[in-house]
Amino acid sequence: MKKVFERPKSLTKDPFTYCPGCHHGIAHRLVAEALDDFGVREKTIGVCPVGCSVFAYVFFDCDMICAAHGRAPAVATGIKKSKPDSIVFTYQGDGDLASIGTAEIVHAANRGENITVIFINNAIYGMTGGQMAPTTLVGQVTQTSPYGRDPKTMGYPIKVAEMLSTLKGVAYISRVALSKPAYILKAKKAIKKAFQSQVEGRGFSLVEVLSTCPTNWGLSPIEANKWLEENMIPYFPLGEFKTPEEVS
Amino acid sequence: MGEKILMKGNEAIGEAAIRAGCRFYFGYPITPQSELTAYMAKKLLKMEDAAFVQAESEIAAINMVYGAAATGVRTMTSSSSPGISLKQEGISYIACAELPCVIVNMQRGGPGLGSIQPGQADYFQATKGGGHGDYHLIVLAPSSVQELVDLTMNAFDLADKYTNPVMILGDGLIGQMMEAVEFKERKKISLPDKERWALTGCKGREKNYIVPFNLDPYEMEKTNFKIQKKYNELKEKEVRYETINLDNADLIVVAYGTVARIIKTVIDNAKKEGINIGLIRPITLFPFPDKIIAETSEKINKFLVVEMSLGQMVEDVKLAVNGRVEVNFYGRVGGVIPTQSEILNEIKKYLK
Repeated sequence: MKKVFERPKSLTKDPFTYCPGCHHGIAHRLVAEALDDFGVREKTIGVCPVGCSVFAYVFFDCDMICAAHGRAPAVATGIKKSKPDSIVFTYQGDGDLASIGTAEIVHAANRGENITVIFINNAIYGMTGGQMAPTTLVGQVTQTSPYGRDPKTMGYPIKVAEMLSTLKGVAYISRVALSKPAYILKAKKAIKKAFQSQVEGRGFSLVEVLSTCPTNWGLSPIEANKWLEENMIPYFPLGEFKTPEEVS
Repeated sequence: MGEKILMKGNEAIGEAAIRAGCRFYFGYPITPQSELTAYMAKKLLKMEDAAFVQAESEIAAINMVYGAAATGVRTMTSSSSPGISLKQEGISYIACAELPCVIVNMQRGGPGLGSIQPGQADYFQATKGGGHGDYHLIVLAPSSVQELVDLTMNAFDLADKYTNPVMILGDGLIGQMMEAVEFKERKKISLPDKERWALTGCKGREKNYIVPFNLDPYEMEKTNFKIQKKYNELKEKEVRYETINLDNADLIVVAYGTVARIIKTVIDNAKKEGINIGLIRPITLFPFPDKIIAETSEKINKFLVVEMSLGQMVEDVKLAVNGRVEVNFYGRVGGVIPTQSEILNEIKKYLK
Protein backbone atom coordinates (compact mmCIF):
# COMPACT_ATOMS: atom_id res chain seq x y z
CA MET A 1 0.00 0.00 0.00
CA LYS A 2 1.35 3.47 -0.88
CA LYS A 3 1.80 5.85 2.03
CA VAL A 4 0.23 9.18 1.11
CA PHE A 5 0.57 11.07 4.38
CA GLU A 6 3.13 10.88 7.15
CA ARG A 7 4.91 12.95 9.73
CA PRO A 8 7.63 15.08 8.10
CA LYS A 9 11.12 14.02 9.20
CA SER A 10 11.76 17.59 10.35
CA LEU A 11 9.09 17.25 13.04
CA THR A 12 9.68 15.27 16.22
CA LYS A 13 7.17 12.70 17.49
CA ASP A 14 6.12 15.05 20.30
CA PRO A 15 2.45 15.96 20.01
CA PHE A 16 1.77 19.67 19.59
CA THR A 17 0.77 21.39 22.81
CA TYR A 18 -0.97 24.33 21.17
CA CYS A 19 -4.64 25.16 21.86
CA PRO A 20 -7.40 23.50 19.80
CA GLY A 21 -7.91 25.39 16.55
CA CYS A 22 -4.62 27.29 16.79
CA HIS A 23 -2.76 27.42 13.48
CA HIS A 24 0.76 26.95 14.90
CA GLY A 25 0.55 23.21 14.28
CA ILE A 26 -0.24 23.69 10.59
CA ALA A 27 2.46 26.33 10.20
CA HIS A 28 5.02 24.08 11.94
CA ARG A 29 4.13 21.24 9.60
CA LEU A 30 4.50 23.40 6.49
CA VAL A 31 7.94 24.58 7.61
CA ALA A 32 8.97 20.98 8.34
CA GLU A 33 7.71 19.84 4.92
CA ALA A 34 9.77 22.56 3.23
CA LEU A 35 12.90 21.48 5.15
CA ASP A 36 12.22 17.87 4.10
CA ASP A 37 11.62 18.87 0.47
CA PHE A 38 14.99 20.60 0.25
CA GLY A 39 16.69 17.82 2.25
CA VAL A 40 18.22 20.40 4.59
CA ARG A 41 17.02 19.18 8.01
CA GLU A 42 20.52 18.14 9.05
CA LYS A 43 21.99 21.54 8.31
CA THR A 44 19.14 23.65 9.61
CA ILE A 45 19.25 25.80 12.73
CA GLY A 46 15.91 27.21 13.85
CA VAL A 47 15.37 30.18 16.15
CA CYS A 48 12.22 30.21 18.25
CA PRO A 49 10.80 33.36 19.81
CA VAL A 50 9.23 34.30 23.12
CA GLY A 51 5.50 33.68 22.97
CA CYS A 52 3.40 30.55 22.44
CA SER A 53 5.85 29.17 19.88
CA VAL A 54 8.74 29.33 22.34
CA PHE A 55 8.07 25.58 22.41
CA ALA A 56 8.85 25.21 18.70
CA TYR A 57 12.26 23.85 19.76
CA VAL A 58 10.45 20.74 21.02
CA PHE A 59 8.61 20.10 17.75
CA PHE A 60 11.24 20.75 15.08
CA ASP A 61 13.70 17.91 14.70
CA CYS A 62 16.68 20.07 13.85
CA ASP A 63 19.13 22.16 15.90
CA MET A 64 17.19 24.90 17.69
CA ILE A 65 17.81 27.92 19.89
CA CYS A 66 15.43 30.16 21.80
CA ALA A 67 16.00 33.91 21.41
CA ALA A 68 15.01 36.72 23.73
CA HIS A 69 11.73 38.47 22.91
CA GLY A 70 12.04 40.08 19.47
CA ARG A 71 15.71 39.29 19.00
CA ALA A 72 15.41 36.20 16.80
CA PRO A 73 16.59 37.96 13.60
CA ALA A 74 19.75 39.18 15.40
CA VAL A 75 20.40 35.68 16.79
CA ALA A 76 19.79 34.24 13.31
CA THR A 77 22.28 36.76 11.90
CA GLY A 78 24.95 35.57 14.33
CA ILE A 79 24.26 31.94 13.43
CA LYS A 80 24.24 32.50 9.68
CA LYS A 81 27.44 34.58 9.77
CA SER A 82 29.30 31.90 11.70
CA LYS A 83 27.75 28.93 9.83
CA PRO A 84 27.09 30.34 6.33
CA ASP A 85 26.34 26.90 4.88
CA SER A 86 23.51 26.25 7.32
CA ILE A 87 19.83 26.95 6.68
CA VAL A 88 18.58 29.37 9.31
CA PHE A 89 14.99 30.25 10.05
CA THR A 90 13.21 32.25 12.71
CA TYR A 91 9.64 31.59 13.76
CA GLN A 92 8.10 34.66 15.39
CA GLY A 93 4.74 35.97 16.47
CA ASP A 94 3.30 39.46 16.00
CA GLY A 95 4.25 40.79 19.43
CA ASP A 96 7.75 39.40 19.02
CA LEU A 97 8.41 40.55 15.46
CA ALA A 98 6.19 43.60 14.97
CA SER A 99 6.44 45.19 18.42
CA ILE A 100 9.46 44.50 20.61
CA GLY A 101 11.57 43.22 17.73
CA THR A 102 10.93 45.86 15.05
CA ALA A 103 14.54 47.06 14.98
CA GLU A 104 15.91 43.54 14.61
CA ILE A 105 13.53 42.47 11.82
CA VAL A 106 13.90 45.70 9.83
CA HIS A 107 17.69 45.63 9.94
CA ALA A 108 18.04 41.90 9.28
CA ALA A 109 15.83 42.46 6.22
CA ASN A 110 17.73 45.58 5.21
CA ARG A 111 21.09 43.81 5.44
CA GLY A 112 19.61 41.16 3.21
CA GLU A 113 20.51 38.44 5.69
CA ASN A 114 20.10 35.14 3.89
CA ILE A 115 17.63 33.76 6.42
CA THR A 116 13.94 32.79 6.32
CA VAL A 117 11.42 34.33 8.69
CA ILE A 118 8.07 32.71 9.44
CA PHE A 119 5.91 35.47 10.88
CA ILE A 120 2.73 34.32 12.62
CA ASN A 121 0.20 37.16 12.66
CA ASN A 122 -2.83 36.34 14.80
CA ALA A 123 -3.59 39.93 15.79
CA ILE A 124 -3.10 39.29 19.50
CA TYR A 125 -0.61 38.32 22.22
CA GLY A 126 -1.35 34.66 22.91
CA MET A 127 1.09 33.50 25.59
CA THR A 128 0.42 36.39 27.97
CA GLY A 129 -3.34 35.97 27.74
CA GLY A 130 -4.72 38.15 24.96
CA GLN A 131 -3.31 41.68 24.92
CA MET A 132 -3.29 44.08 21.99
CA ALA A 133 -0.67 43.36 19.34
CA PRO A 134 0.70 45.83 16.77
CA THR A 135 -1.42 43.87 14.28
CA THR A 136 -4.64 43.95 16.33
CA LEU A 137 -7.43 45.24 14.08
CA VAL A 138 -9.15 48.59 14.58
CA GLY A 139 -12.02 48.06 17.00
CA GLN A 140 -10.76 44.66 18.11
CA VAL A 141 -11.30 44.01 21.80
CA THR A 142 -8.34 42.65 23.77
CA GLN A 143 -7.30 42.80 27.43
CA THR A 144 -5.40 46.03 26.81
CA SER A 145 -7.86 47.48 24.30
CA PRO A 146 -10.98 46.62 26.31
CA TYR A 147 -13.09 49.16 24.41
CA GLY A 148 -11.69 48.14 21.05
CA ARG A 149 -8.49 49.34 19.37
CA ASP A 150 -8.84 53.07 18.91
CA PRO A 151 -6.53 54.25 16.13
CA LYS A 152 -6.51 57.79 17.53
CA THR A 153 -4.50 56.66 20.54
CA MET A 154 -3.32 53.15 19.64
CA GLY A 155 -2.45 53.56 15.97
CA TYR A 156 -3.34 51.26 13.10
CA PRO A 157 -2.36 47.61 12.61
CA ILE A 158 1.13 47.32 11.09
CA LYS A 159 1.34 45.70 7.68
CA VAL A 160 4.67 43.95 8.03
CA ALA A 161 4.81 42.26 4.63
CA GLU A 162 4.13 45.52 2.78
CA MET A 163 6.52 47.53 4.96
CA LEU A 164 9.48 45.16 4.61
CA SER A 165 8.94 44.61 0.90
CA THR A 166 10.10 48.20 0.30
CA LEU A 167 13.63 47.23 1.40
CA LYS A 168 16.08 46.43 -1.36
CA GLY A 169 17.87 43.62 0.46
CA VAL A 170 14.67 41.58 0.67
CA ALA A 171 14.38 38.68 -1.80
CA TYR A 172 10.98 37.18 -1.07
CA ILE A 173 7.93 38.26 0.92
CA SER A 174 4.42 36.92 0.86
CA ARG A 175 1.35 36.80 3.06
CA VAL A 176 -0.68 33.62 3.39
CA ALA A 177 -3.50 32.23 5.53
CA LEU A 178 -4.25 28.77 6.92
CA SER A 179 -8.02 28.93 7.46
CA LYS A 180 -8.95 26.55 4.62
CA PRO A 181 -7.24 23.83 2.55
CA ALA A 182 -6.87 26.02 -0.56
CA TYR A 183 -5.04 28.64 1.50
CA ILE A 184 -2.88 25.98 3.16
CA LEU A 185 -1.73 24.71 -0.24
CA LYS A 186 -0.78 28.27 -1.23
CA ALA A 187 0.96 28.77 2.11
CA LYS A 188 2.96 25.58 1.56
CA LYS A 189 4.15 26.93 -1.80
CA ALA A 190 5.06 30.31 -0.29
CA ILE A 191 7.04 28.78 2.56
CA LYS A 192 8.83 26.55 0.10
CA LYS A 193 9.69 29.57 -2.06
CA ALA A 194 11.01 31.40 0.98
CA PHE A 195 13.37 28.53 1.83
CA GLN A 196 14.27 28.12 -1.83
CA SER A 197 15.31 31.75 -1.86
CA GLN A 198 17.65 31.03 1.06
CA VAL A 199 18.98 27.78 -0.43
CA GLU A 200 19.82 29.73 -3.59
CA GLY A 201 21.50 32.47 -1.55
CA ARG A 202 19.21 35.24 -2.73
CA GLY A 203 18.82 37.05 0.57
CA PHE A 204 16.15 37.73 3.14
CA SER A 205 12.81 35.91 2.88
CA LEU A 206 9.67 36.23 4.99
CA VAL A 207 6.24 34.63 4.96
CA GLU A 208 3.56 36.36 7.01
CA VAL A 209 1.07 33.71 8.08
CA LEU A 210 -2.38 34.95 9.13
CA SER A 211 -3.35 32.65 11.98
CA THR A 212 -6.09 32.13 14.51
CA CYS A 213 -6.02 32.37 18.28
CA PRO A 214 -9.43 30.90 19.22
CA THR A 215 -8.56 30.94 22.94
CA ASN A 216 -7.82 34.64 23.18
CA TRP A 217 -10.29 35.68 20.49
CA GLY A 218 -12.98 33.91 22.52
CA LEU A 219 -14.21 31.96 19.51
CA SER A 220 -14.55 28.30 18.56
CA PRO A 221 -11.96 27.02 16.06
CA ILE A 222 -14.50 27.18 13.22
CA GLU A 223 -15.71 30.66 14.20
CA ALA A 224 -12.08 31.74 14.43
CA ASN A 225 -11.37 30.64 10.84
CA LYS A 226 -14.44 32.60 9.74
CA TRP A 227 -13.40 35.69 11.75
CA LEU A 228 -9.93 35.58 10.18
CA GLU A 229 -11.36 35.45 6.67
CA GLU A 230 -13.96 38.15 7.26
CA ASN A 231 -11.80 40.57 9.26
CA MET A 232 -8.10 39.93 8.83
CA ILE A 233 -7.82 39.13 5.13
CA PRO A 234 -9.59 42.36 4.01
CA TYR A 235 -7.03 44.41 5.96
CA PHE A 236 -4.04 42.11 5.42
CA PRO A 237 -4.36 41.09 1.76
CA LEU A 238 -2.89 37.72 0.75
CA GLY A 239 -0.32 37.41 -1.99
CA GLU A 240 3.32 37.88 -2.89
CA PHE A 241 4.81 41.30 -2.22
CA LYS A 242 8.28 40.61 -3.45
CA THR A 243 9.73 37.70 -5.40
CA PRO A 244 13.36 36.85 -6.10
CA GLU A 245 13.02 37.82 -9.76
CA GLU A 246 12.63 41.40 -8.65
CA VAL A 247 16.03 41.42 -6.99
CA SER A 248 18.20 43.54 -9.23
CA MET B 1 57.40 37.10 18.09
CA GLY B 2 58.89 39.11 20.88
CA GLU B 3 58.52 42.24 18.76
CA LYS B 4 57.15 45.27 20.56
CA ILE B 5 54.51 47.31 18.75
CA LEU B 6 53.11 50.68 19.81
CA MET B 7 49.34 50.25 19.95
CA LYS B 8 46.27 51.99 21.25
CA GLY B 9 44.46 49.97 23.92
CA ASN B 10 41.26 49.52 21.93
CA GLU B 11 43.12 48.33 18.84
CA ALA B 12 45.35 46.06 20.91
CA ILE B 13 42.25 44.23 22.19
CA GLY B 14 41.13 43.69 18.61
CA GLU B 15 44.50 42.27 17.57
CA ALA B 16 44.66 40.08 20.69
CA ALA B 17 41.15 38.77 20.03
CA ILE B 18 41.98 37.87 16.43
CA ARG B 19 45.20 36.15 17.53
CA ALA B 20 43.15 34.21 20.09
CA GLY B 21 41.00 32.91 17.23
CA CYS B 22 38.03 35.26 17.41
CA ARG B 23 36.65 35.67 13.89
CA PHE B 24 33.15 36.95 14.61
CA TYR B 25 32.63 40.44 15.97
CA PHE B 26 29.36 42.29 16.37
CA GLY B 27 29.32 45.85 17.63
CA TYR B 28 27.86 49.31 17.63
CA PRO B 29 29.81 52.58 17.76
CA ILE B 30 30.20 54.30 21.11
CA THR B 31 32.93 56.51 22.56
CA PRO B 32 35.47 55.69 24.01
CA GLN B 33 35.73 52.22 22.42
CA SER B 34 34.89 52.83 18.75
CA GLU B 35 38.49 52.17 17.61
CA LEU B 36 37.98 48.53 18.54
CA THR B 37 34.87 48.24 16.36
CA ALA B 38 36.72 49.94 13.51
CA TYR B 39 39.76 47.68 13.96
CA MET B 40 37.61 44.55 13.79
CA ALA B 41 35.89 45.86 10.64
CA LYS B 42 39.24 46.54 8.99
CA LYS B 43 40.63 43.09 9.80
CA LEU B 44 37.67 40.69 9.77
CA LEU B 45 36.07 41.97 6.56
CA LYS B 46 39.24 40.91 4.74
CA MET B 47 39.51 37.48 6.38
CA GLU B 48 38.13 34.13 5.26
CA ASP B 49 35.59 32.39 7.51
CA ALA B 50 35.12 35.56 9.50
CA ALA B 51 32.40 38.16 9.92
CA PHE B 52 32.02 41.69 11.14
CA VAL B 53 28.58 43.22 11.54
CA GLN B 54 27.84 46.77 12.61
CA ALA B 55 24.60 45.93 14.37
CA GLU B 56 21.57 48.20 14.50
CA SER B 57 21.95 48.49 18.28
CA GLU B 58 23.91 47.10 21.20
CA ILE B 59 20.90 44.89 21.87
CA ALA B 60 21.16 43.36 18.42
CA ALA B 61 24.96 43.05 18.71
CA ILE B 62 24.83 40.95 21.88
CA ASN B 63 22.12 38.77 20.36
CA MET B 64 24.28 38.22 17.28
CA VAL B 65 27.02 37.13 19.70
CA TYR B 66 24.50 34.78 21.32
CA GLY B 67 23.74 33.23 17.91
CA ALA B 68 27.38 32.94 16.86
CA ALA B 69 28.46 31.57 20.26
CA ALA B 70 25.74 28.93 19.95
CA THR B 71 27.48 27.52 16.87
CA GLY B 72 30.71 27.07 18.86
CA VAL B 73 32.87 29.83 17.36
CA ARG B 74 34.90 32.40 19.30
CA THR B 75 32.96 35.63 19.22
CA MET B 76 33.06 39.06 20.80
CA THR B 77 31.26 42.35 21.23
CA SER B 78 32.40 45.57 22.82
CA SER B 79 30.88 48.78 24.05
CA SER B 80 31.05 51.41 26.74
CA SER B 81 28.84 51.92 29.78
CA PRO B 82 25.45 53.00 28.31
CA GLY B 83 25.81 50.43 25.55
CA ILE B 84 26.68 47.70 28.05
CA SER B 85 23.45 48.50 29.91
CA LEU B 86 21.57 47.76 26.70
CA LYS B 87 23.32 44.41 26.34
CA GLN B 88 22.28 43.16 29.77
CA GLU B 89 19.24 41.19 28.61
CA GLY B 90 21.34 39.30 26.08
CA ILE B 91 24.15 38.71 28.57
CA SER B 92 21.67 37.14 31.01
CA TYR B 93 20.46 34.79 28.24
CA ILE B 94 24.04 33.86 27.29
CA ALA B 95 24.95 33.16 30.92
CA CYS B 96 21.83 31.02 31.35
CA ALA B 97 22.48 29.17 28.10
CA GLU B 98 26.11 28.68 29.26
CA LEU B 99 27.70 29.92 26.07
CA PRO B 100 31.25 31.26 25.80
CA CYS B 101 31.89 34.79 24.52
CA VAL B 102 33.88 37.89 25.35
CA ILE B 103 32.34 41.28 26.11
CA VAL B 104 34.50 44.38 26.41
CA ASN B 105 33.36 47.36 28.49
CA MET B 106 35.55 50.44 28.16
CA GLN B 107 33.79 52.26 30.95
CA ARG B 108 32.99 55.95 30.85
CA GLY B 109 31.51 58.32 33.41
CA GLY B 110 27.91 57.64 34.34
CA PRO B 111 25.04 57.46 35.13
CA GLY B 112 22.78 58.21 32.18
CA LEU B 113 24.57 59.30 29.06
CA GLY B 114 27.22 60.44 31.52
CA SER B 115 30.48 61.62 30.00
CA ILE B 116 32.98 60.16 27.57
CA GLN B 117 35.90 60.27 30.01
CA PRO B 118 37.04 57.21 31.97
CA GLY B 119 34.99 55.74 34.82
CA GLN B 120 34.76 52.66 37.02
CA ALA B 121 31.15 53.00 38.08
CA ASP B 122 30.00 49.86 36.23
CA TYR B 123 31.67 47.60 38.83
CA PHE B 124 28.38 46.49 40.39
CA GLN B 125 26.84 45.86 36.99
CA ALA B 126 29.86 43.86 35.81
CA THR B 127 30.50 41.76 38.90
CA LYS B 128 27.08 41.22 40.47
CA GLY B 129 25.26 39.99 37.38
CA GLY B 130 24.12 43.12 35.60
CA GLY B 131 21.00 41.67 34.07
CA HIS B 132 18.14 39.71 35.62
CA GLY B 133 18.61 36.44 37.48
CA ASP B 134 21.41 34.80 39.46
CA TYR B 135 24.48 34.75 37.27
CA HIS B 136 27.98 36.14 37.09
CA LEU B 137 30.42 37.01 34.38
CA ILE B 138 34.10 36.29 34.72
CA VAL B 139 35.39 39.85 35.00
CA LEU B 140 38.98 40.76 34.11
CA ALA B 141 40.41 44.19 34.91
CA PRO B 142 43.55 45.13 32.96
CA SER B 143 45.72 48.01 34.05
CA SER B 144 48.09 48.35 31.08
CA VAL B 145 47.80 47.86 27.34
CA GLN B 146 50.04 44.79 27.62
CA GLU B 147 47.73 43.34 30.22
CA LEU B 148 44.77 44.19 28.00
CA VAL B 149 46.36 42.02 25.31
CA ASP B 150 47.21 39.14 27.65
CA LEU B 151 43.83 39.16 29.40
CA THR B 152 41.91 39.37 26.11
CA MET B 153 43.64 36.20 24.96
CA ASN B 154 43.01 34.57 28.34
CA ALA B 155 39.40 35.66 28.22
CA PHE B 156 38.58 33.43 25.25
CA ASP B 157 40.17 30.43 26.96
CA LEU B 158 38.31 31.10 30.20
CA ALA B 159 35.03 31.54 28.32
CA ASP B 160 35.50 28.19 26.58
CA LYS B 161 36.72 26.44 29.73
CA TYR B 162 33.77 27.52 31.84
CA THR B 163 31.22 28.04 29.01
CA ASN B 164 30.52 31.42 30.53
CA PRO B 165 30.64 34.97 29.18
CA VAL B 166 33.79 36.87 30.14
CA MET B 167 33.95 40.64 30.50
CA ILE B 168 37.06 42.73 30.00
CA LEU B 169 36.37 45.68 32.28
CA GLY B 170 38.60 48.54 31.18
CA ASP B 171 37.92 52.23 30.94
CA GLY B 172 38.29 55.06 28.47
CA LEU B 173 41.82 55.79 29.60
CA ILE B 174 43.18 52.33 29.00
CA GLY B 175 41.27 52.06 25.73
CA GLN B 176 42.60 55.34 24.40
CA MET B 177 46.23 55.30 25.52
CA MET B 178 49.10 53.93 23.49
CA GLU B 179 51.77 51.66 24.91
CA ALA B 180 54.29 49.20 23.56
CA VAL B 181 52.84 45.71 23.50
CA GLU B 182 54.09 42.28 22.67
CA PHE B 183 51.89 39.47 21.39
CA LYS B 184 53.46 36.51 23.11
CA GLU B 185 53.29 32.99 21.76
CA ARG B 186 50.73 31.18 23.85
CA LYS B 187 50.85 27.64 25.08
CA LYS B 188 48.15 25.44 23.61
CA ILE B 189 45.82 24.39 26.36
CA SER B 190 43.22 21.70 26.20
CA LEU B 191 39.67 22.99 26.36
CA PRO B 192 36.36 21.16 26.56
CA ASP B 193 34.86 19.92 23.33
CA LYS B 194 32.04 22.10 21.98
CA GLU B 195 30.46 19.41 19.80
CA ARG B 196 28.35 18.23 22.70
CA TRP B 197 26.21 21.38 22.61
CA ALA B 198 27.08 23.50 19.56
CA LEU B 199 24.43 24.13 16.92
CA THR B 200 26.09 22.93 13.74
CA GLY B 201 23.27 20.99 12.09
CA CYS B 202 22.20 17.59 13.39
CA LYS B 203 23.90 15.44 10.73
CA GLY B 204 24.78 12.08 12.27
CA ARG B 205 23.53 12.96 15.75
CA GLU B 206 20.43 13.87 17.75
CA LYS B 207 19.43 17.52 17.52
CA ASN B 208 21.08 20.03 19.86
CA TYR B 209 18.99 22.79 21.35
CA ILE B 210 19.79 25.82 23.47
CA VAL B 211 16.88 27.09 25.53
CA PRO B 212 17.55 29.54 28.36
CA PHE B 213 14.29 28.80 30.14
CA ASN B 214 12.36 26.08 31.86
CA LEU B 215 8.78 26.53 32.97
CA ASP B 216 9.23 23.79 35.57
CA PRO B 217 10.60 25.71 38.56
CA TYR B 218 12.38 22.67 39.98
CA GLU B 219 14.21 22.16 36.68
CA MET B 220 14.99 25.87 36.49
CA GLU B 221 16.35 25.71 40.00
CA LYS B 222 18.64 22.86 38.90
CA THR B 223 19.94 25.05 36.06
CA ASN B 224 20.70 27.75 38.64
CA PHE B 225 22.54 25.29 40.90
CA LYS B 226 24.56 23.99 37.96
CA ILE B 227 25.68 27.49 36.98
CA GLN B 228 26.40 28.37 40.61
CA LYS B 229 28.73 25.38 40.87
CA LYS B 230 30.88 26.92 38.14
CA TYR B 231 31.17 30.15 40.10
CA ASN B 232 32.38 28.23 43.13
CA GLU B 233 34.97 26.51 40.95
CA LEU B 234 36.04 29.89 39.57
CA LYS B 235 36.49 31.20 43.11
CA GLU B 236 38.77 28.26 43.88
CA LYS B 237 40.82 28.19 40.70
CA GLU B 238 40.84 31.43 38.80
CA VAL B 239 41.38 34.27 41.28
CA ARG B 240 44.15 36.60 40.11
CA TYR B 241 45.65 39.65 41.68
CA GLU B 242 48.88 41.62 42.00
CA THR B 243 50.37 42.73 45.29
CA ILE B 244 53.04 45.31 45.95
CA ASN B 245 54.81 45.99 49.20
CA LEU B 246 52.40 44.16 51.49
CA ASP B 247 54.99 43.53 54.19
CA ASN B 248 55.35 46.34 56.68
CA ALA B 249 53.03 48.68 54.79
CA ASP B 250 51.58 51.52 56.83
CA LEU B 251 48.40 51.34 54.76
CA ILE B 252 47.03 49.05 52.07
CA VAL B 253 45.36 50.51 49.01
CA VAL B 254 42.98 48.29 47.07
CA ALA B 255 42.46 49.50 43.50
CA TYR B 256 42.06 48.01 40.04
CA GLY B 257 42.65 49.01 36.43
CA THR B 258 43.57 52.61 35.71
CA VAL B 259 43.41 53.65 39.36
CA ALA B 260 45.90 50.92 40.30
CA ARG B 261 48.36 52.43 37.82
CA ILE B 262 48.08 55.77 39.56
CA ILE B 263 48.57 54.08 42.93
CA LYS B 264 51.90 52.69 41.75
CA THR B 265 53.14 56.26 41.28
CA VAL B 266 51.63 57.19 44.67
CA ILE B 267 53.62 54.35 46.27
CA ASP B 268 56.89 55.67 44.77
CA ASN B 269 56.18 59.25 45.80
CA ALA B 270 55.09 58.24 49.29
CA LYS B 271 58.30 56.28 49.76
CA LYS B 272 60.25 59.51 49.21
CA GLU B 273 58.31 60.97 52.13
CA GLY B 274 59.01 57.90 54.26
CA ILE B 275 55.50 56.50 53.92
CA ASN B 276 55.18 52.83 53.16
CA ILE B 277 52.09 52.04 51.04
CA GLY B 278 51.04 48.57 49.92
CA LEU B 279 48.77 47.72 46.99
CA ILE B 280 46.39 44.86 46.35
CA ARG B 281 45.27 45.04 42.73
CA PRO B 282 42.49 42.62 41.83
CA ILE B 283 42.96 41.38 38.26
CA THR B 284 39.86 39.19 38.41
CA LEU B 285 36.99 41.26 39.81
CA PHE B 286 34.86 38.15 39.65
CA PRO B 287 36.02 35.86 41.15
CA PHE B 288 37.13 38.49 43.67
CA PRO B 289 40.46 38.04 45.49
CA ASP B 290 38.93 38.12 48.94
CA LYS B 291 41.38 35.70 50.59
CA ILE B 292 44.47 37.85 50.09
CA ILE B 293 42.53 40.87 51.33
CA ALA B 294 41.35 38.95 54.39
CA GLU B 295 44.87 37.67 55.14
CA THR B 296 46.37 41.12 54.75
CA SER B 297 43.78 42.61 57.10
CA GLU B 298 45.11 40.26 59.80
CA LYS B 299 48.46 42.03 59.59
CA ILE B 300 47.80 45.61 58.54
CA ASN B 301 45.05 47.67 60.05
CA LYS B 302 44.64 50.54 57.60
CA PHE B 303 42.85 50.05 54.30
CA LEU B 304 41.92 52.56 51.63
CA VAL B 305 39.95 51.63 48.53
CA VAL B 306 40.32 54.05 45.63
CA GLU B 307 37.95 53.90 42.67
CA MET B 308 36.57 56.04 39.88
CA SER B 309 33.16 55.48 41.45
CA LEU B 310 31.46 56.58 44.63
CA GLY B 311 32.15 53.28 46.33
CA GLN B 312 31.44 49.97 44.62
CA MET B 313 34.39 47.58 44.91
CA VAL B 314 34.81 48.88 48.46
CA GLU B 315 31.78 46.76 49.40
CA ASP B 316 33.59 43.58 48.36
CA VAL B 317 36.71 44.68 50.21
CA LYS B 318 34.61 45.26 53.33
CA LEU B 319 33.07 41.80 52.99
CA ALA B 320 36.56 40.29 52.72
CA VAL B 321 37.88 42.27 55.67
CA ASN B 322 34.76 41.31 57.60
CA GLY B 323 34.99 44.09 60.17
CA ARG B 324 38.52 43.26 61.33
CA VAL B 325 39.86 46.68 60.40
CA GLU B 326 38.45 49.94 59.14
CA VAL B 327 38.12 50.23 55.36
CA ASN B 328 38.19 53.78 54.03
CA PHE B 329 37.20 54.98 50.62
CA TYR B 330 38.22 57.66 48.16
CA GLY B 331 36.59 58.11 44.77
CA ARG B 332 36.23 60.52 41.87
CA VAL B 333 33.46 60.09 39.33
CA GLY B 334 31.75 61.36 36.22
CA GLY B 335 34.88 60.94 34.11
CA VAL B 336 37.28 62.61 36.59
CA ILE B 337 40.54 60.74 37.13
CA PRO B 338 42.00 61.13 40.64
CA THR B 339 45.53 62.55 40.68
CA GLN B 340 48.37 60.91 42.55
CA SER B 341 48.79 63.97 44.77
CA GLU B 342 45.15 64.04 45.89
CA ILE B 343 45.30 60.31 46.64
CA LEU B 344 48.52 60.77 48.65
CA ASN B 345 46.87 63.58 50.61
CA GLU B 346 43.94 61.28 51.32
CA ILE B 347 46.29 58.52 52.50
CA LYS B 348 48.07 60.94 54.84
CA LYS B 349 44.74 61.64 56.61
CA TYR B 350 44.68 58.04 57.82
CA LEU B 351 48.32 57.96 58.90
CA LYS B 352 48.15 60.84 61.38
